[in-house]
Amino acid sequence: MTKQDWPLYEVFIRSKSGLSHRHVGSVHAADAQMALDHARDTYTRRSEGVSIWVVRSTDIVASDPGEAAAFFEPAEDKIYRHPTFYEVPDGVENI
Amino acid sequence: MASKTSESGGDDAAVLLACVRRLGDNALVLGQRLTELVAHGPELEEELANANFALDYIGQARMFYSYAGELEGQGRSEDDFAFLRDAHEFQNFLLLEQPNGHFGDTVVRQLLFQAFYVLQLAAFAQCSDERLASIATRVVKEVRYHLRHSTQWFVRLGDGTDLSHARVAESVERLWPYTSELFDGDAIDDAMRVSWGGPDLDALRGEWRRSLEFVFADAGLRVPVDGWKPGGGRRGVHTEHMGYLLAELQFMQRAYPGAAW
Repeated sequence: MTKQDWPLYEVFIRSKSGLSHRHVGSVHAADAQMALDHARDTYTRRSEGVSIWVVRSTDIVASDPGEAAAFFEPAEDKIYRHPTFYEVPDGVENI
Repeated sequence: MASKTSESGGDDAAVLLACVRRLGDNALVLGQRLTELVAHGPELEEELANANFALDYIGQARMFYSYAGELEGQGRSEDDFAFLRDAHEFQNFLLLEQPNGHFGDTVVRQLLFQAFYVLQLAAFAQCSDERLASIATRVVKEVRYHLRHSTQWFVRLGDGTDLSHARVAESVERLWPYTSELFDGDAIDDAMRVSWGGPDLDALRGEWRRSLEFVFADAGLRVPVDGWKPGGGRRGVHTEHMGYLLAELQFMQRAYPGAAW
């Protein structure tokens, strides 16, 4: 018998209706259906979730850490993009 | 519910007690079998799933035994039922005490029983004893998931490689005979149906078979023809495996009575 490792799936769980799914970990499984069951058995044992997503790890497109400077640093000195940069004039209830 | 005791043991309260205790026996024995597999899972995720299932069955046994203790009214606890009775006092199905064997054997045992158990529980959820109905309502949800799990594996193995197909087909041949006992009711089953609105086992048998025919078709396997029909679980007459199972289960309480931690 040959031992072949199952592919890896990333698991995302929504803990309550209205919240968004959060990455909680990964499982090995032969296919998507089994991945869903494994995610249920591994990550929702203590009522952590109401919804599960699984996705093949190889299907995730990630940003390149080597390009972090070009990707993220330009945003760092643009404080005017944060709402806290602006003072709310007196008498204005909402902006 | 007023409890009247008669020597015949045929009265309604005695019937309910016997039935609830049997449900506890089934759950405990299967829970013990699955517990034996802990740390032997083929994959980490399956390991976790199996341990969850084992705990589910032990939890069910606790609910049924606690209720049986109350019905009996002699101060026996869930632990007394589990640890201080001998094989002939257990009335579980013989199918459930069958050894785990290889993974395919376990999957087949689980599938054949769980396909029955969900129907049995769904029927008890409608029975006229409120407490039993509420336990069954709770338990059937987790068993539906167990059935989903065993069904998926059965189809994967049956519809998998030549080797997995051949091995799971052998498991079916080996374990199928023990399924006839699930539906061969006795006086207690009859009285449960008449007095408490319990399941109609003949109707269940048809429903069970039809549900399995779909699963077997998906798995590329044939539903076997009924032949040899071992029985005796309801009378406390067990296969040779039962003594070993209980020895391991009960050792601590037998060696150190009343030990607690």
